[in-house]
Amino acid sequence: MQIFTCPFCGPRSETEFHFVGDFPKPRPDGMAKVSAEMWSDYLHNQNNPKGAASELWMHMACHEIFRMDRHTVTHEVTGSYALSSEAQS
Amino acid sequence: MMKKYSALTLFKEGLNNQKGWVPAWRTARPKSRYDVVVIGGGGHGLATAYYLAKNHGITNVALIEKGWIGGGNTGRNTSIVRSNYFYPESAQLYDLALRLYEGLSKDLNYNIMLSQRGMLHLAHSPAEMEIAARTVNAMQINGIDAELCDVEKVRSLVPDYNFSPNARYPVYGGVLQPRGGNARHDAVAWGYARAADNLGVDIIQNCEVQGFIIENGVCHGVKTSLGDIRADRTGMAVAGHSSVLGAMAGFRLPINSYALQACVSEPVKPSLDCVILSPATGTYVSQSDKGEMIIGGGLDRISSYGQRGNLPMLETVIAGLMEMFPSYRQLKLMRQWAGIVDVVPDSSPIIGESPLPGLFLNCGWGTGGFKAIPAGGTLLAHLLATGKHHDISRPFDLDRFTRGRMIDEGGASGIAH
Repeated sequence: MQIFTCPFCGPRSETEFHFVGDFPKPRPDGMAKVSAEMWSDYLHNQNNPKGAASELWMHMACHEIFRMDRHTVTHEVTGSYALSSEAQS
Repeated sequence: MMKKYSALTLFKEGLNNQKGWVPAWRTARPKSRYDVVVIGGGGHGLATAYYLAKNHGITNVALIEKGWIGGGNTGRNTSIVRSNYFYPESAQLYDLALRLYEGLSKDLNYNIMLSQRGMLHLAHSPAEMEIAARTVNAMQINGIDAELCDVEKVRSLVPDYNFSPNARYPVYGGVLQPRGGNARHDAVAWGYARAADNLGVDIIQNCEVQGFIIENGVCHGVKTSLGDIRADRTGMAVAGHSSVLGAMAGFRLPINSYALQACVSEPVKPSLDCVILSPATGTYVSQSDKGEMIIGGGLDRISSYGQRGNLPMLETVIAGLMEMFPSYRQLKLMRQWAGIVDVVPDSSPIIGESPLPGLFLNCGWGTGGFKAIPAGGTLLAHLLATGKHHDISRPFDLDRFTRGRMIDEGGASGIAH
């Protein structure tokens, strides 16, 4: 059992967390100008890196979405951050 | 010319103290140029190389593998074959694989130990029985063998199952595909490797792709740890590492890589004569010819490239097995492992040209690649040889994510990958 840290609730079991997607993942702006390719890229494509990754996760107990940095081979977690405006920049 | 395997050669070698066996394939060094390079020495890559030579007469082919043949997911799966899918596109694809599996031992002159002992998908409630009937109808319309089983039929197939009135997951019936079953996974890899080598394919192990040779926006081969290898067309069948190669080629894919675990028990006398899946517990189990119970379940919760697996899913799978077969509590687990699988939003594979022209994809099989090896190889070989889709692979092109024409087997047939 691995322990992840929710920025709001502290260290919790991995089973309480749900993977959301890449960080950052800006939604394409301006519906009319968004091509099918751009929209499909936003919806479906993933970085899926082998090694260091920045990802969005949800802590299902508090339903907060946050950023977690981790290594996808060793599973070492290097940081959890609330999605304040600084974290997204 | 390879030595033909037969009962007679086995007998003769017995008399000869087994001294006449030769390696099943050559150890090849890469040439600087080939017609086609296939990346990935798992089942799909090996099958692609074999069908390029056999179906299309293209024998100037290199198959490159960063580790050893069949050392990835081909050696890590639970060796189940089946084609019990919902949509016509999937049925055509997976049944092509199953039909090829049915003739594969003869085709490759290598015993893949195919055992069509039946694949049983349980239903645990009246509502699930209605969905089971729908699945059976869909399969039969698609021309796939399917049988709706009542509880008595299930009892006759798996008498050790927990039918007690207090069972946490009571059985109402299930969907049986009689042609489903098991095959020996290593034999599939070795059989394809031997047959491809015999037709002239160079199988190059310990050769890692480090980049692509891209000229004027077109892929002209690969940069590897053993030097550059140029090719007119390049195919990749690298499962959970597709995104890693995609990043080298400059594109992203709709794939997340996850660890999928499996484990085996100590060997016991024959007691389970089909492959059985309980959607309620998420656990499936079959018995190998050696007698081991081969146990698998769902994906780990955390996307990963670590070929180990995490404990929560293993616990869920084993707890499910205990519910299904209380008598298995006394079994000892011998081994546990994981492979990295390529999970796609609609649980269907991606077969087609990549965003980099000249590079073709065979990926996205998720948790179910082994069963599809002969079809994946046939279809990628067709693409590499002709540059065009086979009718069966057309719906599985990467463009379905842009066109919105998904083939969502995760929702339709309840299949996890």
